[in-house]
Formats: sequence, C-alpha cells, structure tokens
Amino acid sequence: MKLEIRNLTKAFGGVRAIDDVSLDFASGSLSAVIGPNGAGKSTFFNLISGAFPVDAGQVLLDEKDVCRLSKTERMRLGIGRAFQVASCFPTMTVADNLMAAVTAHVGQWGNLARRFPPPGVRERAGEVMELVGLTHVANVEAAILSHGDQKLLDIAIALALEPKVLLLDEPTAGMGPEERWRMIERVRGLWEQRKLTLVFIEHDMDIVFQVANTVRVLCYGRVLAEGTPGEIRNNQAVIDAYLGTEAHAA
Amino acid sequence: MKGRPALRDSAIAAAALIVVLAIPLVHRSPAFEDFVIRLSAMALFATSLNLLVGNTGMVSFGHGMFYGLGAYAFALTMQMTDLPLPVAAVLAVLVTTLAALCVGAICVRLSTDYFAFITLAFQMLFYSVVISWQSLTGGDQGLRGGIPRRQIFGFELGSQLHLYQFCAVVAVLGLLALRHISASPFGQTLRMIRDNENRASFLGVVLWRARLWAFTIAGAFAGLGGVLAALFVSGAYPELADWPNSGQAIFAVMLGGINSFLGPVLGAAILLALNDVVTRFTEYYGLVLGIVILAFALGFRRGVLDFFRLVWPRGLR
Repeated sequence: MKLEIRNLTKAFGGVRAIDDVSLDFASGSLSAVIGPNGAGKSTFFNLISGAFPVDAGQVLLDEKDVCRLSKTERMRLGIGRAFQVASCFPTMTVADNLMAAVTAHVGQWGNLARRFPPPGVRERAGEVMELVGLTHVANVEAAILSHGDQKLLDIAIALALEPKVLLLDEPTAGMGPEERWRMIERVRGLWEQRKLTLVFIEHDMDIVFQVANTVRVLCYGRVLAEGTPGEIRNNQAVIDAYLGTEAHAA
Repeated sequence: MKGRPALRDSAIAAAALIVVLAIPLVHRSPAFEDFVIRLSAMALFATSLNLLVGNTGMVSFGHGMFYGLGAYAFALTMQMTDLPLPVAAVLAVLVTTLAALCVGAICVRLSTDYFAFITLAFQMLFYSVVISWQSLTGGDQGLRGGIPRRQIFGFELGSQLHLYQFCAVVAVLGLLALRHISASPFGQTLRMIRDNENRASFLGVVLWRARLWAFTIAGAFAGLGGVLAALFVSGAYPELADWPNSGQAIFAVMLGGINSFLGPVLGAAILLALNDVVTRFTEYYGLVLGIVILAFALGFRRGVLDFFRLVWPRGLR
C-alpha cells in the first residue's frame, strides 16, 4: 500500500513541529526517518496514524485522503504502528495481549455472549507470536518481559491488526548494540515476509544505512533531504545538521 | 457453546449452591442463615463494583446508589402494586439499569479522579432525594410497613428458610453471570482499558462505550443485590443508599482481593463476620475495622485471595 504525505503541517502553540512536509513511501518500501531530537519525527507518525489532528495537508493511503478519519478508521484501512515506549497490556500474558488485539481487530471486543477468546483468535495470535519469535514466552506476563521482548510484543500487537503500512517509532530504542541488530533483522524479516510498507525512526546510523532502501531526514519540522543511504551519507546539508554532530555521539 | 472453563465455573457454582442449600437440612441456625442472606446481597454488590474497580480500573465511590435504588424500587413496587415478586424484582433491576445508564453517560468520559468524585456526588444527590421525598420514601425513617410476602414457585419468603434458599440461588446465579461477563471478550476488553487505554483505543475499542456498558452492568447487579437487601430488612432504608455503604463495598473489594473474581465475595464475608463478632464485644466497630483494613493495606498490600494467588500462583483463580 502506497503512503503519500502532501504539505503536512502541525503547530503546537507557535512552534511548527511539522512544517509543509511532503514525502512519498512507495508500496513495499522500507524507509528510515532520521533527524535530530525534536525534529518532529514522532509527531510525523502521530499525524499519519491519527493520534493528533493535522492543521493542514493530506495523508494519502493509496490515493485516498485519510486525514479526517479517526485513528481507529485509519487502523482498519491498514495503518499500524508501534510506539517509542513499548505499549502493551502489562498485566496480561503475551498470548492474552495478542488474542485481545486480534479480538478487537475482528470487532468482537464488546462480545458478552461467549468466553474469551472467540473462535479462531487463538490461532491467529499464535501465528503472530511465531512470526516475531515470542512463542517461548507466550504465557509470561508482559510486565516481566525483557525490554527487547516488550518492544517485539508492541510490534506484534500492531501486526495482529494485519497492517499494510507499519510505522515503527524507534524499534531499537534503549537496546544494547547486539540486541539492536537482532531486533532490526527481525523487523527486516517481517517486512520481507509480509510485504509491508515499513517506515521506521532510528538513531543508529549504521543500522539506517545498512537496512533502509531510502532515508528521509527531518530537521525542525521540515524535510532536509531524501534519497538512498549512499546519497544521504554524502549530503552536505545532512552532515552539517545531523550526521556531523550527533551520529558519532550516539 | 462455551467450552470447558464455562463448564468448570458452572460446576463450582452448582457445588457451592448444593452445599449452602444442604446446611439447613443438617443443622438449623438462624444466625448463620441471616448471615448468608446478608452475604448474598453484599456479595452481588461488591462483586459488581469490582467489575468497575478491578476489571476496568474505574473507582466508583457512588456504587451504593444503585444498591439503594434497587432496594427502594423493589420495596415500593411490592407495596404499591399487586405484581408478583419476580416481576417486581425484574422491574427494580430494570429501573436500576436505566439509572446506571443515565448516570454513567455523564460520568464515564471523565478522568479517574473526577469520575470518582462525580459518582460520589450523584450518590449524595440520590440520598438527599430519598431523605427529602418523605411522601414516597418515608424520609429518614425508611420505607416501613414491610413487603407483602407473596408466594413464588411454592416459596413463602416470610419463612426464613425459604428466604435463605431464594437469596442463595439468586446470588449464585448472579455471580455466575458476572463471572461469565468478566471471562467474555468484553471482560478482556475492560482489562485492556485498565492496563493501557491508549493502546486499546488504537486497537479499535471505543473507550466510552465499553466503560458505559461496564458501568451499566455493574449498576444492574448492584440493584439485584439491593432487591435481596430489601427482602431481608422487609423494606428499604436510606442507609442502604448512603455513601458509607459504597465504602463498605470498596472495603469488601480491597479486603478480599481486587484481581480474583471471588475476592469481593470473601471480602464481604469478612466484613459481615467482623461486624457480627466485633459488635458483640465493643461499640467501637469502626476502630477495629480501621485496624483490620490498615493491616491489609500495609501488611498484605493486597486482598486475601490475591495474596494467596501470589503465594500459590497456579492455585486459586
């Protein structure tokens, strides 16, 4: 599914967190969004997924403007997201987390007439668990999972909704170097298997340049550059604004 | 239709009911029978509150309003009409359900703190109406004159034994229904809201609608508890609708265990037993109750059943 952003603008008070941003994400692409802290990356995701209303501009999903739709309606159309801070249901087991997500997705969340889970839900939750590699902790409460597994569970919950476009906000945040690579390999595996249009925010430049097909650089709410990893690496504006300073510190 | 967990719950309920019904056949004890009758009302009241507090994370301080309303609606219907008892009971529960729907529609969109406050405010409003509408409710004297004890299905509720049996059956069926709701997909949705409402709404859960359903269902079952309470006291008193009564239900939930389905039932039993025993020795009931609650809050840090579930994780559910 193709995701196109047209002249997107959002201000908080007087600050333009996203300022006239236009970007295309081709169907089946794997793109990284990078930029210094406060560049508006998370806001950008929040606008696409419908967590905040936009001030101006369009979010086109296969040519259809979804800007006036609620986050739930956008989710139904195929926009899934995982959060910067892993967002799951801490007192439930991994299996229950995913079964609850699938139940909600198939519109059964208000069902009073039968026992949880409804038929077929256990199987679908199992498939997702298998896909992200959480089967071995199926009966563990989410609250006591390792940080990495919680991030995976967050992504798994998003996958349970069968998204076409998946937005991952810093999937490797807070992880050690080795864990990061394991995580990003999983993410790339998911992208290949599910033929997703995947967009991820990432601070580790080694990961970005090795994994992404295309890279978009945001800076102070504007698009500073876009292109292949090779082009971005040698872009003088990007080096000045971002790579030259923060990439090596990170 | 529901597989094995549902069968297991029904079997447990049936076994419990058989035991409770068999006890008077072996040994008659008016004090014990009184206790069970009061417990059946209180258990429904506290367990329905826990659907909000434990399952959904909505702390309502005004749940006693629906308990009181159930009692008044039932007692008034029985006194003012010739309707059979079951019809009057169903009517009373319907009135309570409708009231919970209206109050809930106003309350459930508010954040936790304001939700707690406004439920309390509604209860105080309801209590004032009960006190001041003397011609209908008898004001602070309560509804006196008793409830006509019409026979139902061969039961004569004037007899303590029959009342005992009736209350036990209604309470067990009510608890079984609440158990079913809590184990349904909807019950799971309430847990999602409690854990992480933002994520739940991203998954397509309409938060206010889920909360309103929970509030309405809880109100309905509190009303059913109120019907049993009215049968026990043969009338209705403002104390049933007063806010300390809501506090009793919250204590029952906290004492018994917020995360165990049967926790509030056990908590209600502990509270009633404390009340019966302590008032025999001292008039300072509140002092003793306060110490017990402090001990639970600071010592166990959770209710009894939750505590045991922590100690034996695979045991009680």
